[in-house]
Amino acid sequence: MKIITIIKQVPDAEARLHPAEEGIDLDGVTFVIDGMDEYGVEEALRLREQGFDAEIIAVALGPQRYEEAIRTALALGADRAIHIETDTVLDPITQAKVLSNLVSEEEAELVFVGGKQADWDSAALGPALAEALGWPHSDWTTKLDIGAGTLTVTHDTDEGQEDLSLPLPAVITTQQGLNEPRYPTLPNIMKAKRKELKKLPLDQWGGVQAKTAVVGEAIQVRERLNRVIEGDPVEAARELVRLLREEAKVL
Amino acid sequence: MIVVVAEHAGGKLRKSTLELVTVARRLASGLKSEITGLVMGSDVSPVADELARFVPKVVVAQDPELAEMRAEPLTTVITGLCKQVEARAVLVAASRSGLSYSPRVALRLDAPLLEDVTSVEVEGDQLVATRFSYLSRVTETVRALTWPVVMSVKPNLFPVAQAGTPGLAEQMRPSWGESDLRVQVGEKQTGQGGRVALEEADVVVAGGRGLGSAEGFAALVEPLADQLSAGVASTRAVVDAGWRTYAEQVGQTGKTVAPKLYLALGVSGAVQHLSGMNRSTIVAAINKDADAPIFKVADYGIVGDVHAVVPALRAALKELE
Repeated sequence: MKIITIIKQVPDAEARLHPAEEGIDLDGVTFVIDGMDEYGVEEALRLREQGFDAEIIAVALGPQRYEEAIRTALALGADRAIHIETDTVLDPITQAKVLSNLVSEEEAELVFVGGKQADWDSAALGPALAEALGWPHSDWTTKLDIGAGTLTVTHDTDEGQEDLSLPLPAVITTQQGLNEPRYPTLPNIMKAKRKELKKLPLDQWGGVQAKTAVVGEAIQVRERLNRVIEGDPVEAARELVRLLREEAKVL
Repeated sequence: MIVVVAEHAGGKLRKSTLELVTVARRLASGLKSEITGLVMGSDVSPVADELARFVPKVVVAQDPELAEMRAEPLTTVITGLCKQVEARAVLVAASRSGLSYSPRVALRLDAPLLEDVTSVEVEGDQLVATRFSYLSRVTETVRALTWPVVMSVKPNLFPVAQAGTPGLAEQMRPSWGESDLRVQVGEKQTGQGGRVALEEADVVVAGGRGLGSAEGFAALVEPLADQLSAGVASTRAVVDAGWRTYAEQVGQTGKTVAPKLYLALGVSGAVQHLSGMNRSTIVAAINKDADAPIFKVADYGIVGDVHAVVPALRAALKELE
């Protein structure tokens, strides 16, 4: 069985973002593989280590710089990679349509997608990809077991958690708690350099038309009062209650 | 037509639905459209009646297969209605479930998706929305390029709509395709007990590692939250340590909240946590480490031991009652 894990490359969570003339300036920012995508790679590796016969393919849609994140996925243990390389910024719905062509062509039966992307704060790609493929999906998945043609999962809901069973093929979006991703070892990083990384153009399956356009980006940090309340616990607590009530008017 | 997809729990509309009605009313004149509410579930007549107080028309899809929140049957009902009424815009709450089926609805309608929007306007012949990105550090403006438009609206940002002229409810009978019912729902665990839903709470009390233990968390955070009728939130560290459930986690991999007051107890303030709460109106923090990053995003801070300050805080609040 083929397993595809979708990879994104995003700014490191600790990176400082700077405003630019238009949008934000990502120059000098450290980029990493999205942490939510690492859960997908790790889960695919674990399925194989449990004796499940699988070829693991890392797939990415994005600019040239994504290559580094793809190499990380290969160093973690993915067998080969496909990079649809483009500088065009596409919304998740349009990306899902493009990626569904690739998934169908590879005849993969299980696709992992990061639960929420750390750059666009979007959770749409996984469900949209499942819809484009005509497959079921589980989002915010924290536990996964594979049986004969069926997945049994636990996933987060608005109220808590619930178990689902879904037939394969399926899309799984990841959530923290699914597993603890490993670190790539030096020998595996070296080995990853020799693994196949196939490049495809965005129009491989025909013309692509975005559904939305980002027309502005602004860094907005709410100004905070940063007022430290002095005094012993009783005095400080009283003063905090007074301020919340009289000044902030939130009590 | 503007379709508002209702969310409900325990036979009542969720607050988020009335926020959607507010957004729909604002868009209605610009789009020269009427509003239709859609209620889906297995036993939802009371919810439909409630929604009919706010919108002129309510469509009720009542079916045993809609008892559970499953993305595929919900998508089938929503897209069916949208095609029937020639919807221009579909409004969905950006809850976990809304975020799960709205991308499917967009894809099936071949529509743009405006995800997790914080404001939206009609500009010329297009919809333009704002939303947060880069772990909530950036506000981006997004234009939908075609019609209809599917939109998930961030909860707790828009005012709740007031009742209008009473509307009419009509039934719709869903018919299922082969693939609609293939996902089976098993056991459920629910967190939060009888407390107010985290995303809807005006006040959120959050606890971090500084509370020392699961018992410390329960003893300090819960009674204070109850006293303030607040939701309870946790940091990732606390969830990873097994003190609390994921349902309470706020941050990059948890929920995003923007209450009027976010009260952080023993929370250090990792960037991933801040991304889930940095849009709160007022942030107050209590932490014994004066250098904790949480103080940088706090309006009011007390440097002190939560075990001493929280009981004093509860006493001070009690004096007000």
